[in-house]
Amino acid sequence: MFMSCLITSLQYFLGLPQPRHHIFCVYLSIIANIIISVCYLFPTIVALIHYNYGINAEELIKNAKYIATPGKGILAADESTGTIGKRLSSINVENIEANRQALRQLLFTSPNALTYLSGVILFEETLYQKTSDGKPFVELLQEKKVVPGIKVDKGIVELAGTNGETTTQGFDSLGARCAEYYKAGARFAKWRAVLKIGPTEPSELSIQQNAQGLARYAIICQENGLVPIVEPEILTDGNHDIAKCAAATETVLAAVYKALNDHHVLLEGTLLKPNMVTPGSDSAKVAAEVIAEYTVTALRRTVPPAVPGIVFLSGGQSEEEATVNLNAMNKLEVVKPWTLSFSFGRALQQSTLKTWGGKKENVGKAQQAFLVRCKANSDATLGKYTGGSAGGAASESLFVSDYKY
Amino acid sequence: MSCYTGKYAEELIANAAYIATPGKGILAADESTGTIGKRLSSINVENVESNRRALRELLFCAPGALQYLSGIILFEETLYQKTAAGKPFVDVMKESGVLPGIKVDKGTVELPGTNGETTTQGLDGLAERCQKYYAAGARFAKWRAVLKIGANEPSQLAINDNANGLARYAIICQQNGLVPIVEPEILVDGSHDINKCADVTERVLAACYKALNDHHVLLEGTLLKPNMVTPGSDAPKVAPEVIAEYTVRALQRTMPAAVPAVVFLSGGQSEEEATLNLNAMNKLQTKKPWTLSFSFGRALQQSTLKAWSGKEENVAKAQAALLTRCKANSEATLGKYAGSSHLSEGASESLHVKDYKY
Repeated sequence: MFMSCLITSLQYFLGLPQPRHHIFCVYLSIIANIIISVCYLFPTIVALIHYNYGINAEELIKNAKYIATPGKGILAADESTGTIGKRLSSINVENIEANRQALRQLLFTSPNALTYLSGVILFEETLYQKTSDGKPFVELLQEKKVVPGIKVDKGIVELAGTNGETTTQGFDSLGARCAEYYKAGARFAKWRAVLKIGPTEPSELSIQQNAQGLARYAIICQENGLVPIVEPEILTDGNHDIAKCAAATETVLAAVYKALNDHHVLLEGTLLKPNMVTPGSDSAKVAAEVIAEYTVTALRRTVPPAVPGIVFLSGGQSEEEATVNLNAMNKLEVVKPWTLSFSFGRALQQSTLKTWGGKKENVGKAQQAFLVRCKANSDATLGKYTGGSAGGAASESLFVSDYKY
Repeated sequence: MSCYTGKYAEELIANAAYIATPGKGILAADESTGTIGKRLSSINVENVESNRRALRELLFCAPGALQYLSGIILFEETLYQKTAAGKPFVDVMKESGVLPGIKVDKGTVELPGTNGETTTQGLDGLAERCQKYYAAGARFAKWRAVLKIGANEPSQLAINDNANGLARYAIICQQNGLVPIVEPEILVDGSHDINKCADVTERVLAACYKALNDHHVLLEGTLLKPNMVTPGSDAPKVAPEVIAEYTVRALQRTMPAAVPAVVFLSGGQSEEEATLNLNAMNKLQTKKPWTLSFSFGRALQQSTLKAWSGKEENVAKAQAALLTRCKANSEATLGKYAGSSHLSEGASESLHVKDYKY
């Protein structure tokens, strides 16, 4: 019956004569053919329905991919009130809301700087702040096609019985908080896990706890429409060599991706924010090309190609160092199935902060400094940075021992 | 803490990269004596050493076929056999730029307390055996782990034990100069849909790569031999494009870019099916930082076997059949296979055997 319907419909389309009662079969077979074609030729419809109840896979994938646009990166402006206080005090500015608002306004209204950014990570207070003209920061960013992001962890606490190792807190009501942040316009989130290198560190406990934490955070974000940036930072503190850092990084990343798989996280809707692989802070420095090779090798051995982008943390490197290292990675001639970009805090803001000094008359110059770093890093994501934007502040190491956000 | 960097590291990387050459693939001719016996009896040929030797000579000396192969997996007996004229098979391969490989596992045994799930044995004295095989000319090895899909399968125990076994095997091989092919085969038996197969494949592969990392295996010196992601053998078939999309996506989600190639097993697909599916994968426009190639046993030899039927006068015809399949699969690795209007007898025949034991 089915074959005769097919043949009949063929005859119909070829304009050949056929008996009247076959017209019914024609319509039936046309519908059947359409259904079969849809099932056979458009599997993406099926594929995109994520197997985990209600996750809007399409939106997450689209946003993650956009943030990973080559030539763009992320400004990490999510310093907590305590941390931004340290920055402000370093330029003798009082840590009050008005000054915090002024600094962020300076950054977000920098002429032309936003073209080099695909996202900005915000602290909760900033998510609800406005410019002095009354425009919400979130709207300002959205207009310039910069995706607003939100820090959702609540800092680190020590793991008892370890040598000062930590885990990250922030799970309580995380789902509800993410839903609120989504309503406020956030479309990605960040959660910082911290590990360190020592004779017996990172310990198995620390690796497992932090990997599990990142995976739980990630799936909760995805359930609430936020692309999770997965950040397993291994501190540079120590006198270990680059090979030791590489080994630790590979072990940690392998554990992270196993945990993400266990928790059914949609990798295409995530980003990774790792440390670069470098010698310890107390060890001899190495060339950018060496850092690039060790870092990319570690990532090639652990990060599945489904992840659209890797946005490095700067972790205490000077502005110039961070840019030069990122550039070297993008110049490396090896298969890299994810974009390599930046999510810099200090390494984007240091010169800007110094230039501003809290003074209104310095805003223009400070914004200039900010634009210079943004463009430099944009070039670095394309392997096109030729150096030379290193002012005094740009070469200054931003390393702080045992850095707490 | 980092991965293997011993004396064979560079050689392992070079050999794995060579096997990953686009346009080439692997002939899995490592059927154990028992298994090859089944093949031979299907064409009414006696399972004696001379016949096993004759079959392998037919394959390895097929004119024009070896150019499409980067490696051939052998059973231990075959590693030491020669052509009728007295030339060691290993030399025949080397002269044509084909790396000899060796099956090193000793079959599967049941895991107590499970519903017929298995683990693979063969770790005892593995290092010494690998050294012996390396001396005999082998440069890569194969170890088959088997999992199945069911209501409660694969169990966490089966996944963990097989992943751990593969990782132990892999590092021992590397320490002794052999590139390990990591084969976590998930049997196609069952009535599950392609989504279920994808879910299981992703979980199994994630566990494998975690175990390989734990055991310090040098990923650049390994290959993966997985099943394609398909519906179960009792479920409705889907188009090659669908199989391609699900399979490549599963690999994107689990397989690090450091691994140079995936060499798929055919697992009971017909010769033509396997080739079409491989071709569809290579045509897919998506991120594939590894070569996608073949390591076929039945799907390369079926027509050849039928054409030969054990008769000397059929050797040339049989070799022509092998050449056809080798060339077809070579084209498939480049996404250039145009399908075959004239299929040899047996090319479309399903090669599925329920609960397949090697």
